[in-house]
Amino acid sequence: MKSRWWILVAALAVPLAAQTAKNTCVECHAALDGALAKPAQLFDRDIHKKNGFSCVDCHGGDPSTEDPTKSMNRARGFVGKISRRDAPARCGRCHSDANLMHRFEPQQRVDQLAQYRTSVHGKRLAAGDTRVANCVDCHSVHDIRAVRDAESPVHPLRLPETCARCHADAEHMKGYKIPTDQFEKYRKSVHWDALAKRGDLSAPSCATCHGNHGAAPPGVASVARVCGSCHVVFENLFAKSPHRKPFDSMGLAGCVVCHSNHEIAPPTVAMVGTAPCAVCLNCHGEGDKGYQAAARMRSRIDELEGSLKRADSILRQAESSGMEVSQPLLDLGAGNENLVKAKVDLHSFDPAMVDTAVSKGLEIGQAAQRAGEKAMVERDYRRKGLALSLVTIAVTMAGLWLAVREIDRRRNHT
Amino acid sequence: MLKRVTDWLEDRTGFDSVREFLKHKTVPIHSATVWYYFGGITLFLFVIQVLTGMLLLLYYRPTPGEAFESVQFIVTQVQFGWLVRSIHSWSANLMVLSALIHMFSVFFLKAYRQPRELTWLSGMVLLFLALMFGFSGYLLPWNTLAFFATKVGTDMAGVIPGVGHFVLRFLRGGEEVTGATLTRFFGFHVAVLPGLTTVLLLFHLALVQKWGMSSHQPPGTTVPTMPFFPNFVLRELVGWYGALAVLGSLAALFPWELGTKADPFAAAPRGIHPEWYFLAVFYTLKLIPSKILVFDGEVVGILVFGLGALGWMLMPFWDRRSGGEERHRLLTGLGVFVIAYLVVFSALGYWR
Amino acid sequence: MPNTEPTTGRRGLIRALLRTGFGASLVSFLYPAMKFMMPPPVAESAANQVSAGRADLKPNSARLFRFGSKPALLVRTPAGEMRAFSAVCTHLNCTVQYNDQSHQIWCACHNGQFDLNGKVVAGPPPRPLEQFTVHVQGEEVIVAKG
Repeated sequence: MKSRWWILVAALAVPLAAQTAKNTCVECHAALDGALAKPAQLFDRDIHKKNGFSCVDCHGGDPSTEDPTKSMNRARGFVGKISRRDAPARCGRCHSDANLMHRFEPQQRVDQLAQYRTSVHGKRLAAGDTRVANCVDCHSVHDIRAVRDAESPVHPLRLPETCARCHADAEHMKGYKIPTDQFEKYRKSVHWDALAKRGDLSAPSCATCHGNHGAAPPGVASVARVCGSCHVVFENLFAKSPHRKPFDSMGLAGCVVCHSNHEIAPPTVAMVGTAPCAVCLNCHGEGDKGYQAAARMRSRIDELEGSLKRADSILRQAESSGMEVSQPLLDLGAGNENLVKAKVDLHSFDPAMVDTAVSKGLEIGQAAQRAGEKAMVERDYRRKGLALSLVTIAVTMAGLWLAVREIDRRRNHT
Repeated sequence: MLKRVTDWLEDRTGFDSVREFLKHKTVPIHSATVWYYFGGITLFLFVIQVLTGMLLLLYYRPTPGEAFESVQFIVTQVQFGWLVRSIHSWSANLMVLSALIHMFSVFFLKAYRQPRELTWLSGMVLLFLALMFGFSGYLLPWNTLAFFATKVGTDMAGVIPGVGHFVLRFLRGGEEVTGATLTRFFGFHVAVLPGLTTVLLLFHLALVQKWGMSSHQPPGTTVPTMPFFPNFVLRELVGWYGALAVLGSLAALFPWELGTKADPFAAAPRGIHPEWYFLAVFYTLKLIPSKILVFDGEVVGILVFGLGALGWMLMPFWDRRSGGEERHRLLTGLGVFVIAYLVVFSALGYWR
Repeated sequence: MPNTEPTTGRRGLIRALLRTGFGASLVSFLYPAMKFMMPPPVAESAANQVSAGRADLKPNSARLFRFGSKPALLVRTPAGEMRAFSAVCTHLNCTVQYNDQSHQIWCACHNGQFDLNGKVVAGPPPRPLEQFTVHVQGEEVIVAKG
């Protein structure tokens, strides 16, 4: 009983002892030049140091002696520089150990290494290609920070640039036969806007679609699933749509066919229809059923959009003339909602479904239009009131003027 | 019976002397008589301001959370609220305009000379109070434009050497434009300024009665006159009705916009500019380089404007000729220059 | 004929003109002023608080009401608590609704889902719904901002 109690104390004391005990690794390396000094300087900011770990936990050796032949003696367990090939396994010694991780980050997963081995990076590394990314390429080394730390290279806001360090480097990517313009394209996308400009940390970056430790391109079949993990409604509509089967049989990757993959622009109505810039024309030609459906859906949406815009403009005009139109303006919001719905329902590629939303919206738009016209009639009524009072004023002024002349004339006589 | 009541009243008040006075009061007739009407029109517009202001007070609430909404409530829910608010805003601007015309006509007619120095002085203070009315009233709807214009305006007061920071804190009720500023401006606008204005206005009008209107002739010459009542009063009424027609048309055809509610944390929108009567000063200060020799440009600018205004106000004390007859080319030239400057710089400030 | 005395007819005309003019002016000043002074049917400016109607909402249901110029949602949770939120979805401004099956607030446009604290549970909305404070005064529910 007594001896067990001592084991517990020793286990808790290990990290504390490492902090206070002598660390000759740092002492010597800090005094060296260049690359040999850097790890010792960087390590101050490392999350591992904050959790009580030190050099020896990865590199081995004996930090208690100042004699380099003893402290860095491979026979005494010194590992030295860890090769690119061995890095994942070295990190995994602790990070795959659920019992150990539980003491520091109870919520953190411990399957990163297993995932990494399924990734393109991991498979290539196993095959002997050491130019692929391993743990330290993304998380950095010696100054590793928590993912939630804004300075971490894998913080959501910085992740795209971190991936781009290799993937946008044509020299580095030579020989892998994949494009290097993903980052450039992603930066034009609506997702980058949401992430970087609006600061929405839940907006997707590279890892959201490709996975992080298990990074791989999503297969053709799973594209709609990947997009659908956020855009649920669209996934469901697309799954039931007439596009689903032909896309599957032709090996076309769902959403990406119209919206592209990395350069996902904010969608506009111009993408639908039969005008030259519409994406429908990529497959459909004049006369076929899809062409007609595209034309019809577009014209219906345009009709609703026009109706709402006209109603809005007349209501704004009435409002700026001092008319009370807040209720119709509020109702018009429901019209816009139907416009948004029509644009969503479009992804069923079923004109009848679009029609339903459009008709509801049109009804609201027309009611608002009528309210606006009524308000404008009221405004004209006010103008008539003004005209009437101007006439009154003119009459009074004329009367006054005549009175003045009469008084003057009387005075001249006397 | 009626006679007894009027006699009783007469006995207790002595208003008969006023009636006597009015009966014999005359107004000189000459080529520039028409400019006399602008003083009366300014008075008329001030009365409209008081009346519409009282009406607005029935619904307005001077807190940052409710000011904008209560004005919105006035213009959308209250019957004729749009008209009353629009008239109040338009009449404020027309009043400043007609006060300026009144001032310049007095200046060019040299009517400020002895013995009317105090009339001029009190008039200048009244004009200054009118500008303060405009400045404080502009903030009350608590919309974006007003919020930032107030920020810029009080910032300018802040650069006055020595007392600047005190004035800024006094005006804002703190370091920043906040709800405290709104409360203060509301107090200034509906209590402090109306009180001061009423007292000064009575003084100004009493002086006008005491000295009569300037005849624009050498002393001693007899000038054709007309009786104040009813001849001049009826003419003045024509002017008032004319002003009313202009005011009504502007208010009904171009209702004063409310804009969007002020957001103290938003960035200042582009094209912020104050009310038109501050534009010339505002634009000039924008043009002044940030450093003149070793002095801060803005400070120099504000000092120059302050001294200029003071000099203009003390006009009767350094143009010491008496009567309105003698011409003074240099002063007339100065007046023309000031008008040209105000017009050009206001226009530049508006369109740039 | 400049020297002839004005006829009584002419003087009468002037007097009539002036009388109608002054009379009409007086009416046109007083009428709007009186109308202005009468309180309008909506007795208060909708600034920081608004009535969300009667407190007769059943548990696990919700009702839309108007807060200023925007729709808002009054929810009675299955446990019987009253909560109020802005009903404007933070994604594309659609109006959200209560889903009594999942006990969540739901936007039909892009399937955005919020829990009964207004937090985003699923879908594209970038921010939670703005929550208002609810006071029940007798039979009436008063909802206030902030």
